[in-house]
Amino acid sequence: METTILEMRGITKTFPGVKALSDVNLDVREGEIHAIVGENGAGKSTLMKVLSGVYPAGSYDGQIIYRGGEVQFKNIRDSEHQNIVIIHQELALVPLLSIAENIFLGNEVAKNGVINWDEARAGARKLLAMVGLKEDPDTLITHIGVGKQQLVEIAKALSKEVKLLILDEPTASLSEKDSTALLELLLEFKKQGITSILISHKLNEIKRVADRVTVIRDGRTIETMDKADISEDRIITSMVGRSLEDRYPDRVPNIGETLFEVKDWSVYHPLHADRQVVKNIALHVNKGEVVGIAGLMGSGRTEFAMSVFGRTYGQKISGQVLMNGKVVDTSTVRRAVDAGLAYATEDRKTYGLNLIDHIKNNVTIANLPGVSRNGVLDDMAEMKVANDYRKATNIRSSSVLQLTGNLSGGNQQKVVLSKWLFSDPEVLILDEPTRGIDVGAKYEIYTIINKLAGEGKGILVISSEMPELLGICDRIYVMNEGRIVGELSGDEASQEKIMRAIVRAEGRTA
Amino acid sequence: MTTETAPTPSEVPTPVSAGPSGRSILQANLRDYGLVVALLAIMVFFQIFTAGTMFKPVNLTNLVLQNSYIIIMALGMLLVIVAGHIDLSVGSVSGFIGAIAAILMVQYHVPAIPAGLLCLVLGAIIGASQGYFIAYVKVPSFIVTLAGMLVFKGLSLAVLGGKSVGPFPTEFQLLSAGFIPDVIGPITLVAPKLDAAGKAIVGSSIVLHSTTMVIGILIVLAMVFSSLRTRARRRSHGYDSEPFPLFVVKTAIIAGLVLYITYLVASYKGLPNVLIVMSILIAFFVFMTKRMTIGRRIYALGGNPKAAQLSGIKTERLTFYVFTIMGALAALAGLIFAARLNTATPKAGQGFELDVIAAVFIGGASALGGVGQVAGAVIGAFILGVMNNGMSILGINIDLQQMIKGVVLLGAVVFDLYNKNKA
Repeated sequence: METTILEMRGITKTFPGVKALSDVNLDVREGEIHAIVGENGAGKSTLMKVLSGVYPAGSYDGQIIYRGGEVQFKNIRDSEHQNIVIIHQELALVPLLSIAENIFLGNEVAKNGVINWDEARAGARKLLAMVGLKEDPDTLITHIGVGKQQLVEIAKALSKEVKLLILDEPTASLSEKDSTALLELLLEFKKQGITSILISHKLNEIKRVADRVTVIRDGRTIETMDKADISEDRIITSMVGRSLEDRYPDRVPNIGETLFEVKDWSVYHPLHADRQVVKNIALHVNKGEVVGIAGLMGSGRTEFAMSVFGRTYGQKISGQVLMNGKVVDTSTVRRAVDAGLAYATEDRKTYGLNLIDHIKNNVTIANLPGVSRNGVLDDMAEMKVANDYRKATNIRSSSVLQLTGNLSGGNQQKVVLSKWLFSDPEVLILDEPTRGIDVGAKYEIYTIINKLAGEGKGILVISSEMPELLGICDRIYVMNEGRIVGELSGDEASQEKIMRAIVRAEGRTA
Repeated sequence: MTTETAPTPSEVPTPVSAGPSGRSILQANLRDYGLVVALLAIMVFFQIFTAGTMFKPVNLTNLVLQNSYIIIMALGMLLVIVAGHIDLSVGSVSGFIGAIAAILMVQYHVPAIPAGLLCLVLGAIIGASQGYFIAYVKVPSFIVTLAGMLVFKGLSLAVLGGKSVGPFPTEFQLLSAGFIPDVIGPITLVAPKLDAAGKAIVGSSIVLHSTTMVIGILIVLAMVFSSLRTRARRRSHGYDSEPFPLFVVKTAIIAGLVLYITYLVASYKGLPNVLIVMSILIAFFVFMTKRMTIGRRIYALGGNPKAAQLSGIKTERLTFYVFTIMGALAALAGLIFAARLNTATPKAGQGFELDVIAAVFIGGASALGGVGQVAGAVIGAFILGVMNNGMSILGINIDLQQMIKGVVLLGAVVFDLYNKNKA
């Protein structure tokens, strides 16, 4: 148990103008689950890319000692030959190929280039059983959910007889249930002697499964803690270099009359017209109120929000939207924005930003009339707007002319927020506003939310992280399978009560 | 963990100084300058190897006339490509419109102006109908316009009955062959030498088309004035602009070039009508892409269609408009080409789409959409045009010409990718 499987010594990696890693040390023991934590941009992914050969030997300084000998990987294939497998945050599966085809991609069960499908399927079935995924190996990847896709990735890793499994934020886009299953799986692997390196932002997960934790900050190793020493507070202190007394900024709620109301809202699936995704939802948000929607992945929260916001999801949509007591038309995005709505997406890279354009153009795009006259842009006004929001939301960049594709996740999220703030909405729907961003940036996002509520705006927050909802909301709706199954005031709400509402609803529908 | 290039400070955030540095401005514009320099280098190269034919007034005028229709279509194609699409039908559409123009004017004796306007409207309708399938029915533009290419190629043949139709009425020919009238009157710089018989020797005199000169000077003054004003405005708002010496040198070079070309053109027959049409269109498209909301929205659409839609941009309607504009421009190009040949042939327009698309890509547009400049596309078209022109003067075979053009296209895009990866 105590033998060291991997040792990285004095790893230093520089990019033009930036030292991404400086003198990082990491030692991982055979058969343990070793967590690596750090803020966005701290250098975790870079370190893992050095380890797996994405950055080839020679492009960094330092030594990697793996199973007793120094290794120099020139590419991912080299590291995979040594049974090191990395699973990236963005899954590397081909959507229109089957599960079996994906598992053996690049590693096909074949003789002279001819694939033996029977054997491949049988092999895939065995691997799927090991990860506890009950799916036909012929099912296409695009037809299974993200949680199951993650399991396919792990099955793929197992097919390479993995000894050291590296998972880069595996649960970032998973529901509580899927996350739990995945963590159980890691513990199971541990029993079989597979070593795992887990990169995660979710401290509660780390506490549950990790044997040791290494904290990285600004490209340096800060410390490695043993199981006994792991505590959220200590990790946070170590990560941010300061103690975050409270993860959620204080706010004195000043709640006014009803601002935004949805009545009897129903939506059907865009492709399967008989599948109702959102079922007769009614909810309201008051002025100055932060309201949360809790629920599991796939409970219909995003679908609800997008269908309200310009019918950007679903078909056969029915129901009413009211602002300040009057029915408003939100049938196109333009109309929804004009009615005073804004929706910041859960997937900022796909739906939120033009990554090949700079901050300024992303901030103003939803409200070009605000910086133009008769269709002609006023570039100085635009610069001013962009700079103002950059300052107000604390976007860290060299200037507003930096491409959004080069920003860290937290800063990208601030650009998305800025865009919607500039459209001057009365109600903001924020879908997973802090997904995949670090503790420091989360705090800043919460501060912005509080400020907006203080200005009398209504905020509707969709989040899969219950502590977050409990920390910032005045009231929480619980959604399950397209229905609202509970409503809790901020004082009475707790993780147990939310889960109980979901479980009770599950029991009713089953 | 999305970026390694900008580690976020974990201490209390400090505002970073605003405004790009001089170096980053230069880097950002390196490609634009590079294109202009490449064009000039190619021209100088041919000037040397064609023994001075390249910069002869008559040749420069021809260069404009020969490439005007490609440039005009490149303007529309830039929008199409920035929006993330492609239009393969523009060559066939321009040929078809030329055929319709010939039928209207030659066979039905419709006067030039109403016939021309009708043709432009027809082009817009053709573009709109292709745009409809692309924007609303969601058929990929490659397929819709490939179909359009075949359909309109066939229609031109059918309309013309497989024969060439011409000649066009004189007033229509003016579109391509005409020059602006010299309202001020010619200025003789060098009087012609007389031969023994007392007649002027051809080419021995320099007579300037003074109206052209005046227009050229006015344009240069307007350019200098407007760039000074922009600069002052930027400074008054506290934003960095390029260092003053760089600004002076740049402005002086551009002004000098424009004046020189004006001088050359004026010493032939003056400004061609086509050049005026083309210049107005170029100026408008530059303004549209850089300063108008519709332009900004097209870039947003090409950069990320889903994000654009969720930002309230009517992406479908915008795509529809883009193809409508492309159709109208293809029609105008078709008219110019027909007027230039003074006849409509079933083969007119064939292969134009390839030159147009190549011009836009040489000009730095991205095949993935969201990136590209009008100026780049225009210069790209001129680079191709100058190469055609120069290689023809040198008597290089057409097979070799094609190969060289192919290599230049590939080279330009590789250069782009190399630059992008380095940055």
